[in-house]
Amino acid sequence: MNRWIRAAGLAAATAFAASGTAAAQNLTMAVGAPVTSLDPHYHQLSPNNAVADMIFDKLVNTDAQARLIPGLATEWRAVEPGLWEFKLRPGVRFHNGSEFTAEDVAFTFQRVPNVPNSPSSFAIYTRPIRGVEIVDSHTIRLRTDGPYPLMPMGLSNVRILDRETHQNATTEDFNSGKAAIGTGPWRVVSHRNGDRIEFERNDTYWGERPAFQRVDYRMITNDAARTAALLAGDVEFIDQVPTSDLAKLRRDQRVALSETTGLRIIYIGLDHLRTDASPFITDNDGKPIPRNPLKDLRVRRALSLAIDRQAIVSRVMEGAATPAGQFLPEGIYSHVPSLPAPRPDPEAAKKLLAEAGFPNGFRIQLNSPNDRYINDARIAQAVGQMWTRIGVRTAVEAQPWTTFVGRAGKQEFSAFLIGWGSNPEGSHPLRNLVATYDREKGWGASNRGRYSNPELDRMIEAALKEMDDAKREKLLQDAQRLAMEDVAIIPLHIQTNIWAMRRGLTHTPRADELTRAQDIRPAPAR
Amino acid sequence: MTVFLLRRLMQAALVVLAMSVLVFIGVYAIGDPVEILISPDADQIERERAIQALGLDLPLWQQYLVFLVKAAQGDLGNSFVFNEPALQLILQRMPATLELAVGATFFALLVGLPLGLYAGLRPNSPVSKGIMAGSILGFSLPTFWVGLMLIMVFAVQLGWLPSTGRGETVEVLGMRWSFLTWDGIQHMIMPAFNLSLFKISLVIRLTRAGVRETMLMDYVKFARAKGLSPARVTFVHVFKNILIPVVTVVGLEFGGTIAFSVVTESVFAWPGMGKLIIDSINVLDRPVIVAYLMIIVLMFITINLIVDLTYSVLDPRVRLETRS
Repeated sequence: MNRWIRAAGLAAATAFAASGTAAAQNLTMAVGAPVTSLDPHYHQLSPNNAVADMIFDKLVNTDAQARLIPGLATEWRAVEPGLWEFKLRPGVRFHNGSEFTAEDVAFTFQRVPNVPNSPSSFAIYTRPIRGVEIVDSHTIRLRTDGPYPLMPMGLSNVRILDRETHQNATTEDFNSGKAAIGTGPWRVVSHRNGDRIEFERNDTYWGERPAFQRVDYRMITNDAARTAALLAGDVEFIDQVPTSDLAKLRRDQRVALSETTGLRIIYIGLDHLRTDASPFITDNDGKPIPRNPLKDLRVRRALSLAIDRQAIVSRVMEGAATPAGQFLPEGIYSHVPSLPAPRPDPEAAKKLLAEAGFPNGFRIQLNSPNDRYINDARIAQAVGQMWTRIGVRTAVEAQPWTTFVGRAGKQEFSAFLIGWGSNPEGSHPLRNLVATYDREKGWGASNRGRYSNPELDRMIEAALKEMDDAKREKLLQDAQRLAMEDVAIIPLHIQTNIWAMRRGLTHTPRADELTRAQDIRPAPAR
Repeated sequence: MTVFLLRRLMQAALVVLAMSVLVFIGVYAIGDPVEILISPDADQIERERAIQALGLDLPLWQQYLVFLVKAAQGDLGNSFVFNEPALQLILQRMPATLELAVGATFFALLVGLPLGLYAGLRPNSPVSKGIMAGSILGFSLPTFWVGLMLIMVFAVQLGWLPSTGRGETVEVLGMRWSFLTWDGIQHMIMPAFNLSLFKISLVIRLTRAGVRETMLMDYVKFARAKGLSPARVTFVHVFKNILIPVVTVVGLEFGGTIAFSVVTESVFAWPGMGKLIIDSINVLDRPVIVAYLMIIVLMFITINLIVDLTYSVLDPRVRLETRS
């Protein structure tokens, strides 16, 4: 009897002590989007990439502001146009003790395009590599067709595997944890699909040592439940804080927020494809208009000028966004200086419409997803009202992303609200969103409005061949300015990424939205 | 009996087949899984590769044939998202949903039967009226809202129960169960209760109606006249007879609870099949949707069968051979 009481007392005491130090040793965090695989080459998807960043390393890493920094490569240079050389970090070991060498890099590039059943592979980043030369155990050269300045940027998406360990590893081996072995700051302890992943610190990590011994990485997809879990203390850190909870959380003494301007732009795409009638545009009597008004620059400018971006940001987004007049936010490479978000000017917009031959406006339908971007359907409604104010009577139709995205991809819409997460380089949005749709070049794959401007294409082409970073930045800025002046798309705002945590923690917010445990530390005592 | 079972089996096969056709057409009509799964960065060549990798380049009828041939060999295909066998994914998550559904049914009977009995025996007392009014709330309040309120009160404000997740699990027979640990039970209380709200109300109403009807029966009057104690009349003569509709409905509802635990599971981040199916529908992960619905159909059919068999035990007048 006595022994039982003592044992219970001891257990209670240890439990108490454990809860005292738990704050410093363990971290429980919850993310809003499910991680679908631990195979770093299986599915190009932000939640997967965040977890892959914890287990694996890349040759080139990106810092919180999305600038390229050394990863498993300590330096890189273009030996000549068409030949890149990467010096690899010596003395790095995988979690199982295997040494990291140039062989592993070559193996990784081989595996990337050959992952079976991948719904979205990383092959787009390795395809430009035409030849791999291993100079010595820690130097590797990559040959490309002609100059290819985007190599380091592309490789900042590719996680490096071990030739010995991963020779025949399947995606299932990664998911079971058996093959989830990298050089990164965390080792996988256990993985339960769609529920949680448990990590343990890699004490022999080559970089900065993570602050926590163990991490419980949970997935809570319901927004309200995630916030509640934080408030209840079940988790200490969450991402994707819903804007509706922001005001409440800012007032809460137990909670701290961390935020930064992201790289995801919300914009309106327009039908540039049709010169004749556009499917959802009619005159004020509901009769089709034989020519597509959106082909007229004056109409596009009017639609852009009609929008009060600041009002959308402050009322619909609760301040969690920055009004945008271009693809990239300030401080990112190839952001265009002095190209601010257009100021709303309904009068000028009406005048432009009249000049274009629509003094009484017309009717249009604005399509939007309602479950994809933060407050997407509400933003579309706000835009609809602003357009109606200048005489373009707008009907908003919001639908689930599953149906929306397919229809948008088939050019079924006249105007549609959509988002885009950029790499921190102007050519990325330019090439994908506004370059002429071209299968051979791989351009314009997300150019759902089919905007096409040969002059812009030439400028992008020139930028993609320019190896000098400063010169390329100038070319990219000119190209972006042209696209914006021609209103290829109507930018609305760039989202702010927000995380919330219990007081006593600090977090380095990342522009790329990735939620990684190594970015969280105990706050310095005050 | 054998004929009865065989006929049931045939029916099941037909329903499953019809259902799979519907899912194929439905998913095809909603949209293109590749558009949803593919990284926005992907160029045209990569998109074509992904479409081919998932077998979506074939015409729909060919895709369906491929599916049928494989299904006949017991392979329901790999999930587009997880690249793991769809069936395995679902079976992995089944214990979580099963224990939640059992917990909810348990709550429903534990709370519903006594309250319903009381309300049936004393229909005019204020307490009974209160119970009946409460049961209306149980029917009409939306589950997701009640779930969030439960979390706000018991997890955030009072801190008595954990807000979300499944807690500690113990592996038995290769499956993870949480009702075997105290931590697991704590995690289960709120979601199970939330899931049972509707069922509690249902059981209350059924029991009450049954009791009121049975109390007027001749055999009850006769039992009373015979001088049996009120307790014996209630618990032996009345109770046994009202159990038949209750068993039927609770049994059928059990299938429903499993199939539609979707809302509760996503509010409480409960890693069960419901959460899997809603995630799968959001990305049009067709193999998982088909496999899930097949399992649900089979489950409904099995449950109906069990209900029929239980009937014949509870009510000797029912003969299986003469039915259907």
